[in-house]
Amino acid sequence: MAIDALIMSPEDNVATCVRDVKKGEAVVYRKGGELCQVEAKEDIPYCHKIALEPMEKNAVVRKYGEMIGKTTMPIEKGCWVSHENIYSVPRDYDSEMI
Amino acid sequence: MEFLGYKRSDGRVGIRNHVLILPTCACGSESCRIVASQVRGAVNIIFNTGCSDVAANTAMSQKVLTGFALNPNVYGVVIIGLGCETVPHKELREKIQALTDKPVVSFGIQEEGGTLKTIEKAVRAARDMAAAAARQPKVPCDISEILMGIECGGSDATSGIASNPAVGVLSDLLVDAGASTMMSETIEFIGGEHVLARRGSTPEIHNQIIQICRDYEEHLAGAGQDCRAGQPTPGNKAGGLSTIDEKSLGCIRKGGTRPVVEVVEQAARPTKKGAIIMDTAGYDISSVTSMVAGGCTVVVFTTGRGTPTGNAIVPVLKVTANRTTYQKMEDNMDVDLSGIIDGELSLEEGGQLLFDEIVEVCNGKMTKAEAYGFSDIAVDHVCRFV
Repeated sequence: MAIDALIMSPEDNVATCVRDVKKGEAVVYRKGGELCQVEAKEDIPYCHKIALEPMEKNAVVRKYGEMIGKTTMPIEKGCWVSHENIYSVPRDYDSEMI
Repeated sequence: MEFLGYKRSDGRVGIRNHVLILPTCACGSESCRIVASQVRGAVNIIFNTGCSDVAANTAMSQKVLTGFALNPNVYGVVIIGLGCETVPHKELREKIQALTDKPVVSFGIQEEGGTLKTIEKAVRAARDMAAAAARQPKVPCDISEILMGIECGGSDATSGIASNPAVGVLSDLLVDAGASTMMSETIEFIGGEHVLARRGSTPEIHNQIIQICRDYEEHLAGAGQDCRAGQPTPGNKAGGLSTIDEKSLGCIRKGGTRPVVEVVEQAARPTKKGAIIMDTAGYDISSVTSMVAGGCTVVVFTTGRGTPTGNAIVPVLKVTANRTTYQKMEDNMDVDLSGIIDGELSLEEGGQLLFDEIVEVCNGKMTKAEAYGFSDIAVDHVCRFV
């Protein structure tokens, strides 16, 4: 079965689409050995991210198993996640020093 | 693993044997271009600084000029200055000569009586150097002599998913073979610096990695700039990278997984072997310029959206995992890794393919940017001209 999107870590709550996805299509991605799918709620371009779970406002968005930002508004499962609805959280460098 | 390269008297190994026509300042740049166009085997750089600069900018310019002259890919240097620049040609020449015994000559345009007289002398000097350079035989060198720069530019989501991690595999292969690799672009660590710092071989290096990111943010803030306003770039956003954190977490994967043994300042030469980090800007041209000044002899460059960039003295190998970009810009792309996205190629296979290609380039195969003679350069600045 062809893969439509990639996750980078099992904890990720977004997947990166590796083809243009149309609203209503099933988006297939692999999580570990398992094939999963999510229905696209809107058109999502190649290289852009699809939400794998519903997210509240200010929810942590995870890719590579790490936080890539927080949401500026609620995002439904299957919707397009982009710079329009997530933001970068300033770093706390002091806490990172060892 | 061996390749055929050029042994320099300082013990380093070059993979090219260029005669570098080097301006001390912007006013010498056009004469250098004309001299290089007259002599086969000569290359020039265009330099937009060297005059009317504050001390910190002058220091950076001097590191780039001397670093280029000392780069192992350079056989000899013909310097052209004007006469009233901040660091005159004679001073730059003596500085370079104190650090190397490669041939270095210099001329001043005011002293010689104009550009035509300067060009005439410089062409003769470059011609003799190029003739001598052509007679230098290549000798077997171990792959551990390589210092490879790692760069990305025009990134999209394929970069962090496929081409950067494949370059990470390449970096690990080289480090395991005793060679050195250098990753830069500090601003593109921000958001992933805590992950990168875990690769520090000592607690000091761990903290240095965090510190250069903090310093970068604070430097930009001092100029009234928010690093999150410029990163990701509009092109990155269009390519699916939504925050600086997402971009950085993908960027840092190109450095591989081996311990970081040293963090060097911009344009400085490493003192250790292994995986190195250089503290540079995220601007790809400036970052490549700094890594070449630091002694890198070959650069691997990942891109998602496509970029033509090349360097005058160091081959730049262009890699993309975006199949559309590869097809649209095949004239500028060297390696297609889109098979990784499609599941036809593993990251390990991609990394091995890149390793084989880098060895070919070390043996003399020209990258596309090199064949076109591209010589992009950008010297980082801390302050306005005076």
